[in-house]
Amino acid sequence: MQSQMQFPSGYGSHLPNYSAPSGHYSQVPNKAAASHLENQYRASYYPGYYSAPAPNAMAPVGSSVLNAQESHQLYNNAPPHSGGSSDRPVQGAVSSASYLHVSAQQSYSAFDNHYSTSVSSSVASQGFPLNSDHYAMPVVSGAMYPNVSYPPVAAGGVYGQTFTSQSLPAVGQFKETNAFSSQSTSVPHSVQQHVPVGYNTTLSTVSSAQAVQDNLSRNLTGSVPKVNNQIHTGGIDSSQPVHSVSQNVPFSKPGAGTSAASAAMSSVRSPAPSLSSKAPSSPSATQSPELPLQEGMQYGGYVNNQASSAPAPLSSSSDDEEEDEEDEEAALDSSSTTSSASPVLNNYDALEGGGYPETRSVTSSPVPSPSVLQTSKASKPFGYGYPALQPGYQNATPPTPVQPSNPGHHSGFQHYAQQYPGVNQLSSSLGGLSLQHSQQPESLRPVNLTHDRNILPVSSVPAPVPNLNSDLRKLNCSPDSFRCTLTNIPQTQALLNKAKLPLGLLLHPFRDLTQLPVITSSTIVRCRSCRTYINPFVSFIDQRRWKCNLCYRVNDVPEEFMYNPLTRSYGEPHKRPEVQNSTVEFIASSDYMLRPPQPAVYLFVLDVSHNAVEAGYLTILCQSLLENLDKLPGDSRTRIGFITFDSTVQFYNLQEGLSQPQMLIVSDIDDIFLPTPDSLLVNLHESKELIKDLLNALPNMFTNTRETHSALGPALQAAFKLMSPTGGRISVFQTQLPSLGAGLLHSREDPNQRSSTKVVQHLGPATDFYKKLALDCSGQQTAVDLFLLSSQYSDLASLACMSKYSAGCIYYYPSFHRSHNPAQAEKLQKDLKRYLTRKIGFEAVMRIRCTKGLSIHTFHGNFFVRSTDLLSLANVNPDAGFAVQMSIEESLTDTSLVCFQTALLYTSSKGERRIRVHTLCLPVVSSLPDVYAGADVQAVVCLLANMAVDRSVSSSLADARDALVNAVVDSLAAYMSTASNLQQSMLIAPNSLKLFPLYILALLKQKAFRTGTSTRLDDRVYAMCQMKSQPLVHLMKMIHPNLYRIDKLTDESTIHVNDRVVPQPPLQKLSAEKLTREGAFLMDCGSIFYLWIGKNCDNNFIKDVLGYPNYASVPQKMTQLPEVDAPSSERTRSFISWLRDSRPLSPVLQVIKDENPAKTDFFQHLIEDRTEAAFSYYEFLLNIQQQICK
Amino acid sequence: YIPQVYIYICVCVCVCIYIITLSDLECDYINARSCCSKLNKWVVPEVIGHAVVTVLMLISLHWFIFLLNLPVATWNIYRYIMVPSGNMGVFDPTEIHNRGQLKSHMKEAMIKLGFHLLCFFMYLYSCPSWMTLTT
Repeated sequence: MQSQMQFPSGYGSHLPNYSAPSGHYSQVPNKAAASHLENQYRASYYPGYYSAPAPNAMAPVGSSVLNAQESHQLYNNAPPHSGGSSDRPVQGAVSSASYLHVSAQQSYSAFDNHYSTSVSSSVASQGFPLNSDHYAMPVVSGAMYPNVSYPPVAAGGVYGQTFTSQSLPAVGQFKETNAFSSQSTSVPHSVQQHVPVGYNTTLSTVSSAQAVQDNLSRNLTGSVPKVNNQIHTGGIDSSQPVHSVSQNVPFSKPGAGTSAASAAMSSVRSPAPSLSSKAPSSPSATQSPELPLQEGMQYGGYVNNQASSAPAPLSSSSDDEEEDEEDEEAALDSSSTTSSASPVLNNYDALEGGGYPETRSVTSSPVPSPSVLQTSKASKPFGYGYPALQPGYQNATPPTPVQPSNPGHHSGFQHYAQQYPGVNQLSSSLGGLSLQHSQQPESLRPVNLTHDRNILPVSSVPAPVPNLNSDLRKLNCSPDSFRCTLTNIPQTQALLNKAKLPLGLLLHPFRDLTQLPVITSSTIVRCRSCRTYINPFVSFIDQRRWKCNLCYRVNDVPEEFMYNPLTRSYGEPHKRPEVQNSTVEFIASSDYMLRPPQPAVYLFVLDVSHNAVEAGYLTILCQSLLENLDKLPGDSRTRIGFITFDSTVQFYNLQEGLSQPQMLIVSDIDDIFLPTPDSLLVNLHESKELIKDLLNALPNMFTNTRETHSALGPALQAAFKLMSPTGGRISVFQTQLPSLGAGLLHSREDPNQRSSTKVVQHLGPATDFYKKLALDCSGQQTAVDLFLLSSQYSDLASLACMSKYSAGCIYYYPSFHRSHNPAQAEKLQKDLKRYLTRKIGFEAVMRIRCTKGLSIHTFHGNFFVRSTDLLSLANVNPDAGFAVQMSIEESLTDTSLVCFQTALLYTSSKGERRIRVHTLCLPVVSSLPDVYAGADVQAVVCLLANMAVDRSVSSSLADARDALVNAVVDSLAAYMSTASNLQQSMLIAPNSLKLFPLYILALLKQKAFRTGTSTRLDDRVYAMCQMKSQPLVHLMKMIHPNLYRIDKLTDESTIHVNDRVVPQPPLQKLSAEKLTREGAFLMDCGSIFYLWIGKNCDNNFIKDVLGYPNYASVPQKMTQLPEVDAPSSERTRSFISWLRDSRPLSPVLQVIKDENPAKTDFFQHLIEDRTEAAFSYYEFLLNIQQQICK
Repeated sequence: YIPQVYIYICVCVCVCIYIITLSDLECDYINARSCCSKLNKWVVPEVIGHAVVTVLMLISLHWFIFLLNLPVATWNIYRYIMVPSGNMGVFDPTEIHNRGQLKSHMKEAMIKLGFHLLCFFMYLYSCPSWMTLTT
C-alpha cells in the first residue's frame, strides 16, 4: 500500500521532513533505515506529530527514517487526539475545519481504494469541529460532513485507532475534569450535556464549569441545542455549530497555576508519570501566552524542517506537535473544541505541574522547549489543533505555511490513507523498536538490589504506562480499573515462558467512578462474531464498516450509529462516545434481560445465640441500619427482611398493617420451611415503621438467651428459599462455629500447630454444603455476604465458601467485642456504613474478552465461572476485584496491539439493566527486554498472591511459598541472562522489577503465607480470601503497607485538596531502623492505620496531635485524634483524612505505644527486618542470589 | 466371560459420556453446574465397573490384560478417594474452568477411551481362542 502511494510533488518534499520529526518522537534511534519504511513513514508522518508526546521526545535527532516508521505506528494510534483537543483562539482550529472539508473531498477523489481505507472519516470530522474564524468557513459541522462524503474513507487499523484515540481523550477529560473541578474551582471544566436526540450520551458527572465555560456552554447550547457535552474553553466563538464535532472541549486556561496543583492530584492515576518525568521542561509558559503565535510557529517549524536536513526536522517536528496541541488548547477560545485531546492533557499538565498549555505539550512532552520557541515564532496558518486532521494538515501546511491550501490538505489525506495500511504491518516491529529506545533508560535500568537500599519511591508506586502512542494512551482504560501484569505483551508463549513472569489481568470493574459516560441507545453496537462491544480501539474501514479489534471481523455500522447525538451530526461514527471512551456504560435494552429487572432485596440473617449477644454486635448493626435505612440503594420496590437464628430459626412478619413486628419461630431445623412466605420480605417504604420498631427492639430481645447453639445451615436454607423468587443480597452475621443442622462444622484447628513451620492443614472447606448452597444462590441471583465476628475458631475456610461462589464479600472481625475491643467495634461500624450505602449491582454477569490468540485459563475472585469465559456474579459491589491468568495460544506476530475488554452486565439498584464496558489496549513486543520493560510489578505480585492462595489450598502452603520464591528467582535469573554484560556476582533487576523481591518477601511474611509465626487459621484464611477478592490498590497496601513519619510534617511538598493543605511525607522503608524514639510514625495497612509513638517523642507533638500532656498519659486504646487547633494537629489530621478518602472503607486508627499489646501487630508489618522465623530483606536477597547462581 | 465384554462396553460408555459432556461444556452448551452434577453421577459406576472388570480378569487368569488394567483402575480409585472434602466430586463446578482442569479432564477421558477400546479388542481377540481351547 505504502509504496503505491503517490505524493504530490510538493508534498513529497514535505514528507521527508515530517518523517524526520516523527522519528524524533518515536525516539527510535538509529535502527531505522529501511527504504520501505520510508514509505510508511511518509504516510504516517502525520500521526507522528500527534504521537509525538510519546517518550521519544528527547530522542536524538539523528534518528533515521526508521524512527519515522516507528513513530508512524505510534502515531497511527495516537494522532487524532492531540490535534483535536483545543482550538487556538487564533484560528488554527477553525482553519483546519475548513481545510478538512476541502481536503477531504479532494483527497477522497484522489485516493485509490487502498488508500481510501486509510482515510478515516473521523479525520474529517475532527477537522470540522473546529470553527475557522480565519478562514471564515462558516461551515456548520453537520453541513460540512455531508459535503465531505466520507464514504470512500476506510480507516486502516491504525487509523481507526487514531480516531478512537481522539474520542478517548475526551473521556479522559471528563474524568479528569471532575477531579479538577473538585480540586480547584479555577480550572475550567467541561460541561457535559445530554443529547436528547436518538440516543443520549449522558455523562454521569457534570464537571463544574467555570463561568467562562458556562458562557460557552450556553452559547453552544443556543446554537446547538442539546449538543452533547463540549468543553468550552474561554472560547467565545462557540456560536458556531461546529462544536458538535468535538465532544469535550479541553480547557486550556492559562490560569493553570492552581489548576496544575490540583491536577497533580488527578494526575496520580494517570499513566503520565513517565511522561512528566521526561518532560520536565516547561515550554508551556512560553507557549501559553503566544497561542496564536504558536500556530505560526508550527508552521515555521515545518518550513524549517523542509529546508533543513533530517536531524533538524526531527526536533522541529516534535515542536510542531507540541504546538499543535497547544494550538488546540488555544483554539478553545475560538469556541468549539475537539475535546478529545484535552482531558488527557489536563492530567498531564497536572503531572508536569505546568500551566494548562503545558499539558498539551505534555503529550508531546518529549519535545525540547527550545525548539518550541522557534516554531512558535513562525506563523501558523491553520489549526493544528485538530487531532485527526492535523496530521494531514500539518503535512499540507508546511508547504504553504501561512495559507492553508486545499491541495496541501489533500496531500495530507493521502498520506494518511497510506500510512494506515502500512501501520498494521509495521506496527509490530516498530513497537518493539520504540519500546526499547524509549523505555530502556527508565524501566530497564539495571538496579543492583544488594547495593541500592533505597528502592522505594518517594510516594506511591505508579502504574507503568503502556508504551503506546499518546493517543491510544490517553484513550486507554484507567489502570485503577484494569491492569495487566505485562504492559508489553510478549508475542509468543515461548517468549512469555522465557520471561518467567505471569501474564494476567487485574480488574476492578465496578469501581466507584466520578465520571462515566452513560449511553442510551436502542442498538448497542457489537461485533457479530465475538460479541465485542465497539470500543475506541476498533478501526473504521470506512464510514459504514468497522473492524473488530479482538477477532478482526468486519462489521457493519448500524444506521443509528452514524448519527452522533453529541454533535448532532451525521456520518461520524468514530465520534460516538462509545468510540471515544474506553470505559462506558450502556443502558441495556430488554434483549439483555432474561426477566424483568429485579428489585433490590436485602435479607439479614443474624446470629442471636448467647455468644452473639455477648459480643454485642446487634446494637451496632441495628444502629447502622437505622441510620442508613433511607440510604440503602434501591427504588420504590426495595424489599427487606430479617431472619435470626440460634438453635431455632426465627422469622419476622413485617407485613404492612401490623401494629408491631411478629416473630415466627421454626424449630424444625432439619426440614426448614417458610411460615408466611409472603410477608417476610416486605417493601421497605411501606413497612418502614415496623422495620424501625424491629431494629430498635432486636438488640434487647435476646439479652437473656441461654442458647449457645448455632443453626446456621438451616437459617441459610431458609434464606435461600425466601430469596430465590427474586434474588438479592443475604447478609449473614455469624459469631461462632455452626453446631446444628445441615452444614454443621467441627473445630479443625490445633492451636499447637499455629506456628508450625511445616504443614498448615485445613485451608480448604470441610464440607461442600456451603459451596452447594452458594451455587444454588448464585443460580437464583442471590449473593451471600458473610460477617464473621468471632473470638474463637469458626472455620472460615468452610464458611467463606458461601460468599466465594455466590459473589459475595467476606468481613472478619477476630476477637470482636463491642466494649472490650473498641477498635474492632469501630471498624464494624465503619464497614457497615460503607456496606449498606455503597453501590450494588444485581444479577450480574461479567465476560472478559481478549484479542484472538490470547486465552484466559484461570479466574480469581468471588464468583462462579458459569461457562468458559462467563463469570456469574449474583451481586457486584464496588469493592470487588478480580484477577485472571492468561496464556498465549497463538503467536501474536501479525498484530501490534492486543486488547482486553470486560463487559459487566448488571441490574442497578434502580432497576435499570446496564452494561459497563472497559477496554484496555496494550502493545505487543518481540524481545525479552521489552517484556521486562513493561512489567507491572504490583500487578505481578497481586497475581502471584492469587495463584499462591490457590496453590496453598490445592497443594500445600510450603509449595505456595516455594513457588513465590521461585517466581523471583526465575524471573531475575532470566533477566540477568539476557543482560550478558552484567556481573553474575551481583543481584540485578530491571528498574521495573526492582521492588519485586521486596514485595515477595512481604507476601511471605503476610498472614496468609507466613510460617513460624503464630497465626490463627481463621486469620490466615481470611487473608487469603482478601487476596482473592481485593482490588489491586487495596491488596498492595495489605501486602506492603506504607510507612510515614508524621511528627515533623511540614508544609513543603504539600498538595491541595478541597482547599485543604495535605502534607506529603515521604515513604519510609518498612524497617525498624527507620523508627526512632523521637518520632511518631503512621503505618497505612489499608484497613487499619497504626500510629506508633516513640517514647521520647516530642511532647509538643503529643500535646497538639494526641491531646495529652505527655507520653505516659496517652491511653492504651486510642482510636481517634482530637481536633486541636494547632498546625501540627491540622496537618496530621488532614493527612490522615486524605489517606482515608482514597479508599472506600475508612480504616480505623490505632495509637500504639511501647507497652501496647497491639505493638506486635505493628512490628510484624516491618517486613524488611529479620524475625525469628523469616529472613530480613537483605538475607532474602542473598538467598535469591544464591539460588540464581546455582 | 461375556460379562466382561458387557462391563467393558459400559465403562466405555461412561467415558464417552465424559467426553461428550465435557465438550458440551467447552462449547458453552451447558453450564458448569449441570455438567459436573451429570458427570459426577457416572464416576462411581465407572470406578466400580472398571474395578470389577479388573478383578474378573484376574479370576479368569488373563494376566496380561489384568496387569494392563491394574494401574488405570488404581488411578481411578485414587482419584475418587483423593477428592478434597469441600469439593462436590471429581468434577467440581467451581474449579473446572480454572487452571486448565477442563482440558486435563478431557485429555484424561480421551486417553481412557483409547485404553478401554484397546483392552476391549484385545480381550475380544483373545477370548475366542481361549474359549475354543476350554470347550
